[in-house]
Amino acid sequence: MADEIEPTVESSSLSFSPKFNLDYAPALESTSIVSIDPEYGLFIGGQFVEPQSGESFTTVSPSTEEPLARIAAASALDVDRAVKAARRAHTKVWGPMSGRDRAKYLFRIARQLQERAREFAVLETIDGGKPIRESRDVDVPLAAAHFFYHAGWADKLEYAFPGRRIAPRGVVGQIIPWNFPLLMLAWKVAPALATGNTVVLKPAETTPLTALLFAKLLQDIELPPGVVNIVTGAGATGSALVEHGDVDKLAFTGSTSVGKQIQRSAAARRVPLTLELGGKAAHIVFEDAALDQAVEGVINGIYFNQGHVCCAGSRLLVQESIADSFVDRLKQRLSTVRVGDPLDKNTDVGAINSAEQLGRITELVAAGISEGADCYQPQCSLPDRGYWFRPTIFTNVQQSHRIAREEIFGPVLSVLTFRTPEEAVAKANDTQYGLSAGIWTEKGSKILWMADHLDAGVVWANTFNQFDPASPFGGYKESGFGREGGLQGLSPYVSLSSNELSSSTGGS
Amino acid sequence: MVTPSPRPGRLDEVSTEVATPSASSVFAPRSRSGVALRVTPVDEVGLEARAKTFTTRSIKTTSKRAAIHLAISCIDLTTLEGMDTPGKVAALCRKAVRPDPTDAAIPPVAAVCVYPQMVPVAVKYTAGTPVGVASVAGAFPSGQSSLSVRIADIEQAVADGASEIDIVISRGAFLSGDYHYVFNEIEAQKAACGRAHLKVILETGELGSFDQIRKASMLAMAAGADFIKTSTGKVANNSSMPVALCMAEAIRDYAEQTGEVVGLKVAGGIRTAKQAWHYLVLIGETLGADWLTPNRFRIGASSLLNDLLLQLQKLDTGRYSGPNYVSVD
Repeated sequence: MADEIEPTVESSSLSFSPKFNLDYAPALESTSIVSIDPEYGLFIGGQFVEPQSGESFTTVSPSTEEPLARIAAASALDVDRAVKAARRAHTKVWGPMSGRDRAKYLFRIARQLQERAREFAVLETIDGGKPIRESRDVDVPLAAAHFFYHAGWADKLEYAFPGRRIAPRGVVGQIIPWNFPLLMLAWKVAPALATGNTVVLKPAETTPLTALLFAKLLQDIELPPGVVNIVTGAGATGSALVEHGDVDKLAFTGSTSVGKQIQRSAAARRVPLTLELGGKAAHIVFEDAALDQAVEGVINGIYFNQGHVCCAGSRLLVQESIADSFVDRLKQRLSTVRVGDPLDKNTDVGAINSAEQLGRITELVAAGISEGADCYQPQCSLPDRGYWFRPTIFTNVQQSHRIAREEIFGPVLSVLTFRTPEEAVAKANDTQYGLSAGIWTEKGSKILWMADHLDAGVVWANTFNQFDPASPFGGYKESGFGREGGLQGLSPYVSLSSNELSSSTGGS
Repeated sequence: MVTPSPRPGRLDEVSTEVATPSASSVFAPRSRSGVALRVTPVDEVGLEARAKTFTTRSIKTTSKRAAIHLAISCIDLTTLEGMDTPGKVAALCRKAVRPDPTDAAIPPVAAVCVYPQMVPVAVKYTAGTPVGVASVAGAFPSGQSSLSVRIADIEQAVADGASEIDIVISRGAFLSGDYHYVFNEIEAQKAACGRAHLKVILETGELGSFDQIRKASMLAMAAGADFIKTSTGKVANNSSMPVALCMAEAIRDYAEQTGEVVGLKVAGGIRTAKQAWHYLVLIGETLGADWLTPNRFRIGASSLLNDLLLQLQKLDTGRYSGPNYVSVD
């Protein structure tokens, strides 16, 4: 057919060179909207204060390795100051305040986040290395949505827990990771404030800047001092917060190994704890799926945010009958994925968050190769400076390989095959984690059957990485416990007791 | 029902004797080389999300001129009005051959697209140039005439010198499930085209779902289409990015499964250089650079050409001047 068609119209294209090169121009987001201070103190009691430790560390841009700012490192003394400020604010202001008034503050935060969305997005990209397309379209809008959603709950808690007496926990200690710095802050802070708690938050060491900008936003909206305190620092700051005796509830998102340490510490003194930890999600593609959209879903599932996503679809389980053609299509699609400057609006995959994480990814990929899996990477060019890793697909992976079992937390996909739905479930569940899973099939009954049998906190069908403040998120097994978002996400932040006492005192 | 004779092995269980269109008839077409075709399901939400990403790519400044030239060379410059006259068509042809008389570097468009009645005029004014003459033969735009009338229409247009024929599928038969009927009709019309090149219009705005569009694409390609085309421009919903993506993916599937190459023509509502660029990105990222040529990609449009010319002027002068600085046709 090609022979028939081409000559027919050949004449009409004589004046045009047959091969056009589809070059995209760099479309850099302007950074002029952001101003980064040379150094930042700790945000305690509504003020930026010098750390008593006198120590600080540098946060760098992972896409250029340029230092951005000096950040105060909070010691145990600083954490104690922050907890005291939070306690004071809880007892005197935030605890007694009506839900309606708390809601006003939450709405203000949400609206300010929307108004300053571009500033937050650009700063998030500079400090964390994620593509501006994602911080602009996902991180910041979702963070604002979480505050809007929880603002709505603040004065309606009696409808969330009907017939119960509801009290806030008090002071909550929250530790968040570097993969979604502002969004994880929102997931933690919004429900805590809505339910009447005050907060001491520790952002990740490599990505503190949006949390500190958020602190300035809180000053601008005149949130009462001490309601939210932000202590920056590394692991030592985190453990000082975890071990502080006057914290009423702990919430942590991060790695499973740190989560285990926190649980050990919390177990010693019965402080309520929620953990959202690692994952090794299976993305299951059946032969009757909408395959082109499944390709998009798989690509989005693993390369979104450079694979720095706890619920990333890092294992692809594809039905054997379509495995070869599906992998070909993935590789073809990968050739159009653009890796590079995260501030470029055309960029799909940005910089790896830190040198340390780059080392971990490199080590695991080397293990995959030495274990005998086939490694594929597109030949895209990478910038000279900064931390970069090519999007990678491993085929010929066995269930026993390290790359099929350990969380890589990078842009690396391991492809395995299955023959029957039962086998898909068995392989998908054969992991220490249980955070998320994806199912791709056009057959509704199969989706329901699979969802029933998968041990995962979130199961997406014919889509992936969809988040909504109204939808609870959390894991099974070593992916943690407790839920964030939705009605279920409120309960870790309240203590509930029987309402009988209060009704009987008010009655006869 | 008309009964064009099917070539054996082209369609499973082809029975042209079946008098009633049967909704339960199995759609299992084979390519001309006998390969059984697989039609992939489409997820609407995912398709639309992917289509949207093509609209956020920015074009490299150094490629801009080449991209605009490419878009011009892919245009089927179209006039399909009841009020078309030889004078109008002559003007259109002039514009097609030399889009901008002041700049000889600008390539001519791929073809002019006219009603069959206007083919002799178009042939006369494009003679000796690389511009082809496409004609919407076969009871365009509804296709609601007997097959023999439509075939006669095609044969007349080809005899008058049309090098390309754009036909519509029988949406009624397709929607009632009589895929064999649609297949056989296209095949018969392909035969009537002779050496002329066949574009099959699916009229996606009337097909109801992306699954149907994908199915119709595979059916049209299997039945002999050299190009598949989105729409007539005569109904409410014409070409859109998701529709074009759905069809481009079908073309890629067909090429993978059969080794045969089919082109894509998008038509209706494409008026700006920016839209044209979005389509080029879509084609480039879905089918690859091999498809970024008028042999395999066409844009059916009329006012688009002037916007492209104005964008070219802007490259030279830094200013987008306006409609007074290009000829109306």
